[in-house]
Parts: sequence; C-alpha cells; structure tokens
Amino acid sequence: MSVTDAGPVAAPVRQPAVQTPFARFVADFTESRLATFAFILLVVTMLLALIAPWIVPQNPYDLAQVDIMDSRLKPGTPASSGKYTHWLGTDGAGRDLVSAMLYGLRISLLVGVLSGLIAMAVGAAIGLIAAYVGGRTESLIMRIVDLQLSFPAILVALMLIAILGKGVDKIIIALVTVQWAYYARTVRGSALVESRKEYVEAARCLGLSNGRILFRHILPNCLPPLIVVVTVQTAHAISLEATLSFLGVGLPQTEPSLGLLISNGFQYMLSGDYWISFFPGLVLLATIVVINLVGDQLRDVLNPRLSK
Amino acid sequence: MTAYIIRRLMQSAAVVLAMSVIVFLGLHVVGDPVYLLIDPQADQAEIERTIRRLGLDQPIWIQYFHFIKGALTGDLGTSFVHGTSALKLIVERMPATLEIAIAATLMSIFIGIPLGLYAGLKPNGFISKSIMATSILGFSLPTFWVGIMMIMVFAVMLGWLPSTGRGPTATFLGITSSLFTIDGLRHVAMPALNLALLKISLVIRLTRAGTREAIHQDYIKFARAKGVSMGRIVGVHLLKNIMIPVVTVLGLEFGNLIAFSVVTETIFAWPGMGKLLIDSIQTLDRPVIVAYLIIIVLLFVIINLVVDILYSVLDPRVRIGEKAT
Repeated sequence: MSVTDAGPVAAPVRQPAVQTPFARFVADFTESRLATFAFILLVVTMLLALIAPWIVPQNPYDLAQVDIMDSRLKPGTPASSGKYTHWLGTDGAGRDLVSAMLYGLRISLLVGVLSGLIAMAVGAAIGLIAAYVGGRTESLIMRIVDLQLSFPAILVALMLIAILGKGVDKIIIALVTVQWAYYARTVRGSALVESRKEYVEAARCLGLSNGRILFRHILPNCLPPLIVVVTVQTAHAISLEATLSFLGVGLPQTEPSLGLLISNGFQYMLSGDYWISFFPGLVLLATIVVINLVGDQLRDVLNPRLSK
Repeated sequence: MTAYIIRRLMQSAAVVLAMSVIVFLGLHVVGDPVYLLIDPQADQAEIERTIRRLGLDQPIWIQYFHFIKGALTGDLGTSFVHGTSALKLIVERMPATLEIAIAATLMSIFIGIPLGLYAGLKPNGFISKSIMATSILGFSLPTFWVGIMMIMVFAVMLGWLPSTGRGPTATFLGITSSLFTIDGLRHVAMPALNLALLKISLVIRLTRAGTREAIHQDYIKFARAKGVSMGRIVGVHLLKNIMIPVVTVLGLEFGNLIAFSVVTETIFAWPGMGKLLIDSIQTLDRPVIVAYLIIIVLLFVIINLVVDILYSVLDPRVRIGEKAT
C-alpha cells in the first residue's frame, strides 16, 4: 500500500486499512455465512475429537468401565453405575454411544487427514516433477495417473486392502494410493502454466538450482488449487474409510472408526434399535458435508478467475 | 480407424495383463491361506497334502504361469472355500449384480432427466433449488449410510419393502431375472435406488447444465419463432441434443455401478458378485479375489474401449488415429 500525503489535516480521514493477502482471504471467505458456519463447526468437531478422552464420561474401550448389562440402552437411560446418563444410548457391547462416537471421530479424522496430507505430499511432488521434467517421464507418469483414475476409488482401495490386510497403517497406504493421482494431476496442470511464466525464467537466469525453482518458486504458486483438492479429498478419504470399515475390510475392531460403529449397529437395526447406527452416521455425515462446504467456499475464494 | 482399434485393443490387453500380475503378486504377500483353511488339529502330512493339492508349494512364477494358462482357457482357479471354479462362482452371481446395476441405470434416466430438465428450464424456482440442493446431498452422503437409513424407514418403520435378499426369479424371453416378478421388483427397489442415488444426482446436474446451455441456442429460438409448441421443443429439439453427454456418462458409469454394488450388496444382503468379493477378502479366498478383479478390469477396459470407439464414430470432431498426448 502507498502512504499518501500526510498533510496537516486535523481529523485524519480514515485510511483504507492495510490488507495483507491473508486478511483479504479471510474477508472473502467469511462473505458466505454458510461457509463460515461450516468452518466454525469443523473447528469445533476437530477440537472435540482432539480432547475426546478428557470430556467423555467413559473410555469405551476400557473393559473395566463398560458394563455388558448396559447394552442396547435407549437414548437418555442412566448408566447402571448411576454416575452418568447415556444421552444417546449404548451399543451392543454396552458402550456409551457419545463416548464411542467421539473416539470414533478421532480415528476417522486422523485417518482422513493423515492420508490426505501424505497423498498431497506424494502427489504434488510427482506432479511437479512430471511438469518440470517433461518428455517421456511426464507421459509415463500421466499415463499411470489416467489409468488409475479410470477405475473407481473403492475398487482400487478394495484391491489394496485384499493385498495388504487390515490395520490403520494399511488403510492409510490404501487411501494414499487411491488419492495421489488427483493431486499429481492438479499440480502438474498448474505447474505447467507456472513454469512458462517470466519469474521462473528469471530464477533460471539467476542460476538457481532446479530443486529450488521447483519447490520455492513454482510450488507456492500452485498451492491455491491444491488446497481445494486437499479439502475435497479429505472428505472423500473419510467417507471411503468409513465405507471400507462398514464392509468389514477396513479398520480392525480394536480401533473402531465411525464406519465400524455404524456397521456394528446395523445388526440391531432390524430389531428397531436405530440409534446405534443412526447417531454415528449423523456425525459422519455432518463431518463430510462441513468439509465439503468449506472446500466449496475455498474454491470460490481462491479461484483467480472469480476474484474481483 | 482399424489401426486405431487394433492399437487400443493392444493397450487394453497390456492393462489387463499388468493388473493380473500386480494382483497376483500382491495377494501372495498376504497371510498364508493354508492355515486359515486347514483344521488346526491337522497333522503335518495333511497340511502338506493340502498345500500340494492347492498348488501352493510351487514357486510363485510357476503358480502365475499356471494361472495365466488357465485364464486363457477360462479357468481362473478353484475357490479355496467353495471348492468350485472361481469363474463359475462369479458368473453365477453376475446376473444378480447386473440386475441392480441395470435397474439403477434406468432409475437415473427416468428420475434424473425429468428433474434435471425442470431445474434447467426454471432455474430460479423453489422446486429447482430444492432439486439442486438434494443432488448435492446425493453426492456427499455415504452410500452405505443412506442404504441403512432406507432399510430403517421403508422396511423397519413403514414395513413397505423387504429389507434384504433377492426375490423369486422368472424367465422372460430367455432371460431369467427377478425383475420379472412383482415380489422380485419389491426386493430390487431399495438396493437399486441406493445404488442409483449418486448417478441420479449426476444426471440431474448434467441435464440441467445441458438444458441451460441449449435453451439459448439459435435452433431453439428458431423453433420457437416457428411456433413449435414448448412440449415439442423440449421433448424433441432439446432432449436430443442434451442426451449425448448424458448417455456417454451413463455408459462410462456403468462399470462404476458394478464396482459400487459391493457396498449396496453388502447392506441389502444381495447375492451378487460384490458380496462374494467382500466374503472372499474376509476368508482370504485368493482365487476368487483374483478372478473377480480380473473380470472387473476386463469389464472396465471393454467399456472404455467401446465408449472411445463409439465416440469417435458418433462425433467426427474427436480425431482418432492421432498420437494421443
């Protein structure tokens, strides 16, 4: 910003506030009330998941705290120990549903966010290299990307799970393998555009190394579309993990995510005990929708074609 | 044209071969199925006999060689669990899966296109906005949760539809399907709708976008000026033009439907290929997993190939035979 005349005006006219790019970004983002609300909800959800062990009435996986006699209690029933009330009922093993859901949310978010970030790192690096190196390497990488994207994610994930087996680490590997291609394609697209711009040429004339140009000059300029893909893909990852866990081929019973809770409750659904599946499903749904809403708004804000 | 088709065929064959190697090698790394299938009380001799019977004692490339030799003659191995041909197991269950996939495709056409047309013709109405909002939900709701909710509402609470399983079949024009019996249709309704939700949303969006674009074109204006009735404009002029992308996408998505039927079949206990895959993964029934994946890869490759070729025939602007970039 430019400082204009600092003349002897007694009552200073209000200067246009200094707008850092970040402040502008925040202002643009909060323009949509729905997205702001979704963002706040997302932060609250993440906080709840983070502090779950300290706020839930029981540790649902500590057998000493769970009473099997309390199984399938209706929402609002007091616990047999009398210390707290099962506001959302209990599941088939007598676990307090609120506690189980918050623990499940922790695992779902952990798996989703972690696999989203790893996939981004891997995919972005590969995409950047493809765009920068060009030639045969590029066409080989993009062929693999196209091939993988022509198969549905769930099929690729199932195949990997069949090969790798169960477990948190295995699921994350599967999700990363499913998702890296989206990042690679996005980054390659914007890196191709960026690498033809003058600042890259200038950097090259200065004799900077390839690595430095790639990661310090081109990559930061590819970030906006990447951030949008991260949000959308994280929501996908959470949904996909829940689906795999529901199918019984995802996380093991010892580390139940929301999908597994829903799956466990499904067997009681037909006898009318709806809450065991219903509430974890609502939380899962809310998480996915909230992330998507934030992602949508990010796309609008970060899209240079739409900026005013 | 012929050269193009031959090259695409060779590419497709390479893809199938590569996938078979990846899948076969990959599955060999997982736990040993022998110990899952043999009675823990069995003695060493018995275990060895079983290993030999299943061919698991030979080096991995010989196992793969046998597998490929068998695959080319239509033999994809014998299921460890069922003791019958893996291919036969899958083929037996294919009609059930195709049934819900076809029913889901029909649903997405007959529900998606009218709704999309309406939303495109009256983009600012309340109903249109509701349709579009619902279609966003259709994209973000996890399929399995919607399925569970459908069972809860329609089977448990209202008792309108049966919750699980496939209905009785009947034969019509040489095709045996449960789509030809009333009870069969009642059984098919929920799984098909569950499977179709995503596609309905997709078709709504495509149709709406196409309608919004086409409605301002000169040929529509001309038809109007000529005094053609609105019904005929929409039904003949408009629909014909927006159907091309819709049909293409639905064709491409058919493979997706079959892949996603894994989820739907598990929820509704539908006796199809997808349920078989999940059961096989849980029991580490390797031959069935490999056979399923090979068949599905084959299916995808064929669908992609057919769509590519049809597209180049239908739309001369798609230049074929040129080096793909």
